[in-house]
Amino acid sequence: MLELHEMTAARLRHLLDTGQISAVELTKAILERIDAVEDSVQAYITVRREEALKEAARADEMIRRGESQPLTGIPVAVKDNICVRGTRTTCGSRILADFVPPYDATVIGKLNEQGAVIIGKANMDEFAMGSSTETSAFKVTRNPWDLSRVPGGSSGGSGAAVAADEAVIALGSDTGGSVRLPASYCGVVGMKPTYGLISRYGLVAFASSLDQIGILSKTVADCADTLTAIAGHDRRDSTSLDVPVSDYREYLGKNLRGMRAGIPKEYFELRVSDEVKSLVEKAIDVFADCGVEIVDVSLPLTKYALACYYLIATAEASSNLARYDGVRYGYRSEEAPDTLTMFQKTRDEGFGAEAKRRILLGTYALSTGYYDQYYLKALKVRTLLKESFIKAFEDCDFMIAPTTPRTAFRIGERIDDPVEMYAADTYTVTANLAGVPALSIPCGFGSQGLPVGLQLMGPHLGEGQLLQAAYAFEQQAGVAEKRPALEVS
Amino acid sequence: MPVTRADVEYVAKLARLGLTEEEKERLLDDLNSILDMADQLGELDTEDVEPTHHVQVINNVFREDEVRPSLPKEEVLANAPEEQNGMFKVPRIVGEQEN
Repeated sequence: MLELHEMTAARLRHLLDTGQISAVELTKAILERIDAVEDSVQAYITVRREEALKEAARADEMIRRGESQPLTGIPVAVKDNICVRGTRTTCGSRILADFVPPYDATVIGKLNEQGAVIIGKANMDEFAMGSSTETSAFKVTRNPWDLSRVPGGSSGGSGAAVAADEAVIALGSDTGGSVRLPASYCGVVGMKPTYGLISRYGLVAFASSLDQIGILSKTVADCADTLTAIAGHDRRDSTSLDVPVSDYREYLGKNLRGMRAGIPKEYFELRVSDEVKSLVEKAIDVFADCGVEIVDVSLPLTKYALACYYLIATAEASSNLARYDGVRYGYRSEEAPDTLTMFQKTRDEGFGAEAKRRILLGTYALSTGYYDQYYLKALKVRTLLKESFIKAFEDCDFMIAPTTPRTAFRIGERIDDPVEMYAADTYTVTANLAGVPALSIPCGFGSQGLPVGLQLMGPHLGEGQLLQAAYAFEQQAGVAEKRPALEVS
Repeated sequence: MPVTRADVEYVAKLARLGLTEEEKERLLDDLNSILDMADQLGELDTEDVEPTHHVQVINNVFREDEVRPSLPKEEVLANAPEEQNGMFKVPRIVGEQEN
């Protein structure tokens, strides 16, 4: 018999709606779980104890009135770069350590409408720049499966919270893989939607043409329900797509016969470890058993994707982070005699090493004399990459690949070697560059008992078929019974 | 083409980042390693390729020029490091420093 904190949103929905448990009881159970394991995991920057209990009470009212929706009363962890009105939102940075947003992000508004419970703000790499959650100014989150290892990043707090049952569902953000990578390392489901499907209003910007809010969950069904809840056109985000939102639940349980799965060969050659490759290949067999036709495809620009990404993302970041100047909000360096000095000291003292590295790289790539060689070149390569995806999808309905080359590395192992750190994003940056949806789903464990993620990539607005395929795989392969063995304090 | 120390200082000035000498050294190495990776893109022929600034082409997302509710002033100033008379207060703009 599962404990409340171990259950999925779908199961909890049933218990809540039949009055077997109350939302307040559920929130208390999650808060107790946080008290029990948070010393080990360090997933949260802020836990919203009082506010969460109030939201749970409100959810109980909604349920009593027969107005419950899929996420009513469900405890959700929110990455700390998504604005929640009245709650400290730090982006993992000293420069926003005491920033309290005066508004809710659109996705938070939607969660509130459903009566979801926002349990806390999850730890992250500073300004979402990282693959391990080690660049957070506040704490290093630990992988619940092995506390000496990273949970992945930059949404490491979100991934760890779901894996450690400190939240039922989590929101993260994905610019180059920051939802899918922690999902893979932490053994949970992680999805990045088509660019523009989920509003970015209230998501603190890192790289505006690449950022998307994403979902981390224990199961595909929970992911589908959350996507339905938070997707949709938003007038306050001018890059938001004006398309109708499906009820993504409708895709679950449909059989996969007649679908074609493309296997991009480059994703099985570049840097991938043998154990990851082997588990993903076994997973491909599971799809074949489901009646999917397996097709070889090629994404020839894969090896250029990291370079392309790092030039575009850092250039956009250098622009987006220019606002942190100590004038209107955030940290301000003391005793600066003039504004220029204030800007320089504020930014030097407020930003961590990785943020500075990326701001400088981005500024350089955009500067006179280098703009054509670096930034413009990267934008052209992006066109080629996007076209290669469109071409590949002519031959298949979705693609299957590893999420990341290896399993979770040790804390401290890569922090001093940026290029080595960036390599974790090899297979994830492509979906952001092409703007297509992608999700990571657990497909087994490596030799050290560490989770391995399988990545499914779909065409523009192909969330439905991705969820359909992921669900069938999950059902066929079985949702892992294993949970991380966390010592309860 | 390798990044020089002068490049780092120039770019840091553009980005309004006051770096220590130690930081400049470290960042010089980091930038060079990352740009080595970036040089790979030179292998690709992009002669007749249009740049992609945004993956989907959305044009002119406009709305009617009507006044709508916006944030109350107190909320706008709530996170201000220093404020005075409903304005953000900053150190003198024209300072001792030579630009």
